[in-house]
Amino acid sequence: MIIGLFNHWVVIILMMIGLYIVIAHGNLIKKLVGLTIFQTSVFIFYISIAKVDGGTAPILADGITQYSNPLPHVLILTAIVVGIATTALGLSLVVRIKETYKSIEEEEIQQQDNEEQLTKHKTEDSA
Amino acid sequence: MEIVITISSGFLLLVGSFLCISGGIGLLRFPDFYTRMHAVGVTDTLGAGMILAGLMILSTDFLVFAKLVMILLFTLLIGPTTSHVLAKAAFHNGVIPKGSNNLKQTKEKESTSSII
Amino acid sequence: MINIVLLTLLVVIAIAIIRMKDLFAAVMLAGIYGLLSASFFVVMDAVDVAFTEAAVGAGISTLLMFVVITMTGRKEKSIRHKPLPALFVVIITGGLLIYGTLDMPYFGSEDAPIHNHTSPRYINDSMQEIGIPNIVTSVLASYRAFDTFGEVVVIFTAGIGVLTLLSIARTKKNDEEIESINDSMHQQHLVVRIIAKMLIPFIFLFALYVQFHGDFGPGGGFQAGVIFASAIILYAMLFGLVTARKVINQIFIQLIAALGVLLYGSVGIVSLMNGGNFFDYNVLSSNPITGQHLGILLIEWGVGCTVASVIVVIFFNFAGRRELQQHKKPSQDKESSK
Repeated sequence: MIIGLFNHWVVIILMMIGLYIVIAHGNLIKKLVGLTIFQTSVFIFYISIAKVDGGTAPILADGITQYSNPLPHVLILTAIVVGIATTALGLSLVVRIKETYKSIEEEEIQQQDNEEQLTKHKTEDSA
Repeated sequence: MEIVITISSGFLLLVGSFLCISGGIGLLRFPDFYTRMHAVGVTDTLGAGMILAGLMILSTDFLVFAKLVMILLFTLLIGPTTSHVLAKAAFHNGVIPKGSNNLKQTKEKESTSSII
Repeated sequence: MINIVLLTLLVVIAIAIIRMKDLFAAVMLAGIYGLLSASFFVVMDAVDVAFTEAAVGAGISTLLMFVVITMTGRKEKSIRHKPLPALFVVIITGGLLIYGTLDMPYFGSEDAPIHNHTSPRYINDSMQEIGIPNIVTSVLASYRAFDTFGEVVVIFTAGIGVLTLLSIARTKKNDEEIESINDSMHQQHLVVRIIAKMLIPFIFLFALYVQFHGDFGPGGGFQAGVIFASAIILYAMLFGLVTARKVINQIFIQLIAALGVLLYGSVGIVSLMNGGNFFDYNVLSSNPITGQHLGILLIEWGVGCTVASVIVVIFFNFAGRRELQQHKKPSQDKESSK
């Protein structure tokens, strides 16, 4: 019973660790690392439900009757490469944020935005 | 004949595993960066090499044998190179080997002179 | 048994990543995390996936993050906002999800619903219908070709996104200055450069092997593309961006990225024009099996081209941005000191 669901629970723990990093850490790169952990946990989930006891890799060969399920493998294979492409997009956004705000801490960026808005309001009021 | 193959491959695998374990222990127990890296370097080249050689003796298929030979060649090329790069990077960033006072002084001199 | 050990190690590493203040170490741990999950995939029989994850999760993504860290600084500020509400949300969500797993089929059970719908057809009939041993490739490139087409377009779009965000116009003068700095580094990197020169042809060869052997063993366009790109990236890292730009024309690479998607799409259109469905390769040739082989070959080429060139484009743009920033800094310092 415990062993039967162990994989799913580990997946959930990993997913929650990723989520916690995304919520609780202010550093944007750390957030992206958290997102990667989250993403990989989903990969692990798909691959572990594809496994059949006593099965082998889904490459047809003589004398093998039991194969693991190939469908989740296909989905995850493409998802990994798409994942790196989107992570790269996120990282390039981080680079641009760093150039504009001189910081990649969420709090400092928020503060700068607030100050900017305050000064804007003040100039509007005075006008 | 078969017994010779089994025994020799078993021996090689055993020695390889022992070297890998000793490398792991060395990583934990050695005092500074360079000695630790030495321990890991042994695992990389000799440990992996022994295990691959043991598997080579066991392999019956020529294709498997060829693949193992290629893996061995690449590990022999890459392992020492990574160790070299790591050591170089560490020295470049000012990690001083433990117990080498002369080196420390020259390094300090260099840094002070560069500041001036 | 091995999978339990590997999963436990994954959890330990993930917790270590939370506690790391040093971003360099956190990213390095994320790389180890990728490698460990790749070994887990091998244990789970997903050899193709493990291949991709080892190249992408442990290689390329770690590298890209390092490039970004050199631009943004490696220390994380110790302020954490709202750790307690975050913990609360995480525990509630996790608890509900764990409650949800109680109804799920056990790990490895044969009669789980997932194994009883489409996959028996793939396993039993793919040899007659497609004629290649690797089921993952036949599902990826033939049964679900439309889906894969979408993924390739997503990768292409991400490449365009990075280009629009990061690309910069370079001046010749800067290039020359940077090049002279690179040349002066030659002595320092001698060993690595020679070894890399020896290895790069083998990496290209291996990429081509993976590309063409994908029908019979683990491999295919996605993995081959990543391996191909990693060889080019290795060259660019060791010999400098300027040299690498001379070897690999950037405009050409961007063109290849678009051509890969075009090749993929046009295979679909040709099969439409021959009277079949979109991506129905049976009509590509008089013999359905030959048609399938031809279609899969062309499509894998399209995927390989797009993936390789998009990753190269992404890396060159990140590194080019970094080079420009580091080049600017000294000159700005000089101006400010004046």
